[in-house]
Amino acid sequence: MSLRNVGIVYRKELTEALRDRRTVISTILVPLLLFPVLSVGFGTLAVALVGKAEEEVPKVMLRGGADSPAIVDGLKKLDKIQIVPEAADWKDEIINKEIRAAVEIPIGFEADVAQQKAETVKIYDYDGDLKSDLAAKKVDKFIQQYRDKVVKDRLAAKNLPETMLTPFEVKQENVAPPEKVSGAAIGGIIGYMVILLCMTGAMYPAMDLTAGEKERGTMETILSSPISRTHLVLGKFSLILTAALGTAVLSVLSMGVSFNVLAHYTSKSEGGRAAAAGMLLQLGPKTVISVFLMAVPIAVLFSAVLMTIALFAKTYKEAQSYLTPMTFVVIIPAIAAMLPGVELTSKLALIPILGTSLLCKELVAGTYHWNLIAQIFTFNCVYAAVALFLAVKMFQRESVLFRS
Amino acid sequence: MIEARSLSKRFQDKKRGEIRAVDNVSFTCQPGKIYGLLGANGAGKTTTLRMLATILEPTDGTAIICGHDVVEQPEKVRANVGFLSTATALYRRLTAQEFVEYFGRLNGLDEPTLKKRVDTIFDRLDMNGFRDRRCDKLSTGMMQKTSIARTLVHDPAVMIFDEPTNGLDIMTARTITAFIRECRNNGKTVIFSTHIMSEVEKLCDTIGIIQSGKLLAEGTLPELRDKYAEHDLEEIFVKVVTPHYVPEEKN
Repeated sequence: MSLRNVGIVYRKELTEALRDRRTVISTILVPLLLFPVLSVGFGTLAVALVGKAEEEVPKVMLRGGADSPAIVDGLKKLDKIQIVPEAADWKDEIINKEIRAAVEIPIGFEADVAQQKAETVKIYDYDGDLKSDLAAKKVDKFIQQYRDKVVKDRLAAKNLPETMLTPFEVKQENVAPPEKVSGAAIGGIIGYMVILLCMTGAMYPAMDLTAGEKERGTMETILSSPISRTHLVLGKFSLILTAALGTAVLSVLSMGVSFNVLAHYTSKSEGGRAAAAGMLLQLGPKTVISVFLMAVPIAVLFSAVLMTIALFAKTYKEAQSYLTPMTFVVIIPAIAAMLPGVELTSKLALIPILGTSLLCKELVAGTYHWNLIAQIFTFNCVYAAVALFLAVKMFQRESVLFRS
Repeated sequence: MIEARSLSKRFQDKKRGEIRAVDNVSFTCQPGKIYGLLGANGAGKTTTLRMLATILEPTDGTAIICGHDVVEQPEKVRANVGFLSTATALYRRLTAQEFVEYFGRLNGLDEPTLKKRVDTIFDRLDMNGFRDRRCDKLSTGMMQKTSIARTLVHDPAVMIFDEPTNGLDIMTARTITAFIRECRNNGKTVIFSTHIMSEVEKLCDTIGIIQSGKLLAEGTLPELRDKYAEHDLEEIFVKVVTPHYVPEEKN
């Protein structure tokens, strides 16, 4: 094994890669810009839209209530909603977003309540529409308060304490530290992004260094030099691995900066503070190093597999058609890891991408199951070694190198 | 020196079954001489030369180049060989100098030796005007010179040219033929394949005629003329490769 020769090939491939616009875009620019655009861009937009929706005074239609002045007056006095007169096509008005919600007070509501008869106040809204949901919540809050007041009055009339109805309180309290809470909530995304970006970072160089080289006619040139094919494939593989890991490193750095910028921006507003706390991941050096150590064998696996498949292709386009479906092979288990209730077990740990994705989720949350870490790392190393061995073998096959 | 011993190469084709691209070919090329492998398209020239350059491995037989076996010691063989064809392209994102240096390093040259070699070759081929220009910005002539520089950087004893002038304009082709002659004059063993008769007549000391993977005739041009009773090389070639030869009608 001559590391000198591997290094010569690697240096040359790196020089070429850094001069290639497509590689620079896919390996450096996309990971650097993706998260600021996704998080800061969309995050800021989402915060702004929610803020705007909260500021709006929604139109709410009042249906009935002519014989119930107290509740109607209460609703009209709410400064956060605008009560509009009843109309026959009220449902259409909600659907067409001319009004945000409607509240229906049954006939004889207050008299029935006074006689302690069961009554139902109905609130109509447009499910999934943010502004309609906010309007319905405002009305619901007022109705709840009105009901509580009725209950209090009834208890007071019978000289009964309020604790008659609520003999004890139930309080739910979080004991998990903030990094574990945020890790559990969005830790899965980190693993998913690292794995996916390792793949996308490796994809372009894998095609360029194999099928691209065949297409440009330089494969025969390099094969006529004294370098052994094993050294040649290892040099090329090292560059693909660098691109895979480089993309993942830049992505996580970009993600960290983006989250902090977003947290800083949103914490200025009252509503955004809670969201910012949830978004702020506690990515300490230990977590970052752990995630990357686990990502290395996966990156080796991707680099070797992508290179082997791309080498089989005669042209860059043909390689693209082989590698594009590979993205789904990676995305499906990575997404499965983000599903609620899917937790890391020793059986799931054996599935290459799923196991690593689940482990990254745990690592980001600050949980270290050392036996599973060792198991996943070992198996991924074995998978990666097999893939690399196949890549080297593939480079020895004339039928692949000179496929026509 | 090149010594091909019963070189054979078979390929498997899904439709056509086994294809004998090269079938039991033996010949010898001496230092300071040019061996011309003459054949039609698909005759087996490129496969033969690729086996000599160890880009392909023989199915049977072998070749000894500068004392090294192409099957047993392919890397040592390649270290003694300069291989040039129209299919050996340049790395377009490297400059001419970086390209030549890359192959110098792969051939094991240390940095001081490499620098001297590159400077000498660039002076000799008049390449200093474009040494820092990227290969994708070079003209065809400049590209050919850069390819020549790549084959020379490690000063190999054996030069293999596979249809080196194919598709080139006359001026660029002349640069290549002049370079082939220079290699012979410098005592290198030269083998080159072509289907252009005039090139063979001008350059070759020994001619091998190959058809369907078999070496059908071999000798110097006068020897072939005597043997086949024809003066024109094209007529000799047709006579050799056509089983039922009919002479060309002369007006």
